[in-house]
Amino acid sequence: MHKKTIVELAAGLKAGEFSSVELTGHFLERIERLDGNINAFITITAEQALAEAAAADEKLKAGEAGPLTGIPIVQKDIFCTQGVKTSCGSRMLDNFISPYDATVVTKLKQAGVVTLGKANMDEFAMGSSNETSFYGNVHNPWDSERVPGGSSGGSAAAVAARMAAAATGTDTGGSIRQPAALCGITGLKPTYGRISRFGMIAFASSLDQAGPMTASAEDAALMLQAMAGFDPRDSTSADHPVPDYSATLNDSLAGLKIGLPKEYFEEGLDGGVRSSIEAALEVYKGLGAEVVEISLPNSAMAVPTYYVVAPAECSSNLSRFDGARFGYRCEDPKDLEDLYKRSRGEGFGAEVKRRIMIGTYALSAGYYDAYYLKAQKTRQLISDDFKQAFEQVDVIMGPATPAPAFKLGEKTDDPVTMYLNDIYTIAANLAGLPGLSMPVQPVNGLPVGLQLVGNYFAEAKLLNVAHKFQQETGWHRLIPEGLD
Amino acid sequence: MSLDRSDVEKIAHLARLALDENQVEGYAAELSNILALVEQLEAADTDNIEPMAHPLHMAQRLRQDQVTEPDRREQNQAVAPLVENGLYLVPKVIE
Repeated sequence: MHKKTIVELAAGLKAGEFSSVELTGHFLERIERLDGNINAFITITAEQALAEAAAADEKLKAGEAGPLTGIPIVQKDIFCTQGVKTSCGSRMLDNFISPYDATVVTKLKQAGVVTLGKANMDEFAMGSSNETSFYGNVHNPWDSERVPGGSSGGSAAAVAARMAAAATGTDTGGSIRQPAALCGITGLKPTYGRISRFGMIAFASSLDQAGPMTASAEDAALMLQAMAGFDPRDSTSADHPVPDYSATLNDSLAGLKIGLPKEYFEEGLDGGVRSSIEAALEVYKGLGAEVVEISLPNSAMAVPTYYVVAPAECSSNLSRFDGARFGYRCEDPKDLEDLYKRSRGEGFGAEVKRRIMIGTYALSAGYYDAYYLKAQKTRQLISDDFKQAFEQVDVIMGPATPAPAFKLGEKTDDPVTMYLNDIYTIAANLAGLPGLSMPVQPVNGLPVGLQLVGNYFAEAKLLNVAHKFQQETGWHRLIPEGLD
Repeated sequence: MSLDRSDVEKIAHLARLALDENQVEGYAAELSNILALVEQLEAADTDNIEPMAHPLHMAQRLRQDQVTEPDRREQNQAVAPLVENGLYLVPKVIE
């Protein structure tokens, strides 16, 4: 059952081939057997999942089922789930039982999903390898000595190892697309504002966006359908119509104009990844698409821009963790300042502290113009590059990451080396554009991600372009050896 | 911009972060490396470029000035470290 996509599982449920309780039990059994070696889950909510599955079976029997009714998924532990620990991968929230549901959680519950648990992640979504989690590394299901990517590393690994039919993720600088690429699954970061941020623990509010992580583009369409939409509780939620994402999946790609940014194929790109991307482009040419070279001249500014904007926003957002109202509190504080400083010093890990300090510094008196204002201007330049590109092409393609998954511990000594993993993904967040990564031909048994970037609110187009490729190829069907 | 020990201590104080004494030097080196990365921005010509505050250039949405959220004080305080009579307790600020 675990090899099936959501679309196939939903058909099986509706035909009565298996029940949601059986399906949920099957995934729970896999989690119990496999997750000891992968560590994709922070919390497993088995009892609750089986109760939700039983309720889904009632709906299925009554003929009231939707496309996600009874489908077992995992929520990234950044989404508040009422009555369940919501840790954000941090000691700071290790004791936090959320008193409410995030909008994403509410909407997926309404769609009838079964929630198996909460997925491991880099602490407060700050990381590209899942090595900053308070709950330990996640191991890549394709090679246990390698990272799954991050920050949504647990979500990606859970889907890749088929311990859940789908997962939710969040993406501030590549945190859906990069782990999707390294774990060989499909991950979509929608347009900024497409999915509500309410109840999604904030990292950098002008960049953060939730999205689905699935085995196929067709599945991502179903998940996005349930997750997307205007939410008055999110002040930057986009009040923009939600199309039927499944309806256009099979549209012809004849005449589609694909832009390849030359800056994404320069030095630093692994040769094997380059070959896999080129092979994928041949498939698109076969489908009638036209491939043209474009330029995004300010690409080199993306990572430096991000490492001002994101830390600045994080230093502000994370000031709410003060040891007073919720979360970790230090022992025996001698005064209020001691309470703040030690609760935060002991509750946050090293990477979170680094980013808070960079942000605090960049926003401090005398430095604001040199850092934050400058970065807002380079952010505009990056956004303008895309605007010009989309006057020439329908979709931009390139590698999602410079290389396949690296080894655990390989890049933990130097934060800057780690940051360069997101060199191809960060620009879409800065511009607010939708991006998708999907698996193409692996290199030495390790998954490779092709990234698609679309114009604002062009999620349906991205899913269509990805789905047509997946109809022609079988890379998204590969499952790690020993886990099938 | 290279940061030294006293810079890091000052930033950590502004951010209300207690750091282990023996980690301050390490942070100074790492933060200096990150700032070196960030300083690549100086190469960009940003004369006459408007700073970008929001990806979609949206205006802040306003709502009616009405109470829309239910009172969830009890649930919210159930996860607090220390409360008394509906108030959050912290060390005494005023003698």
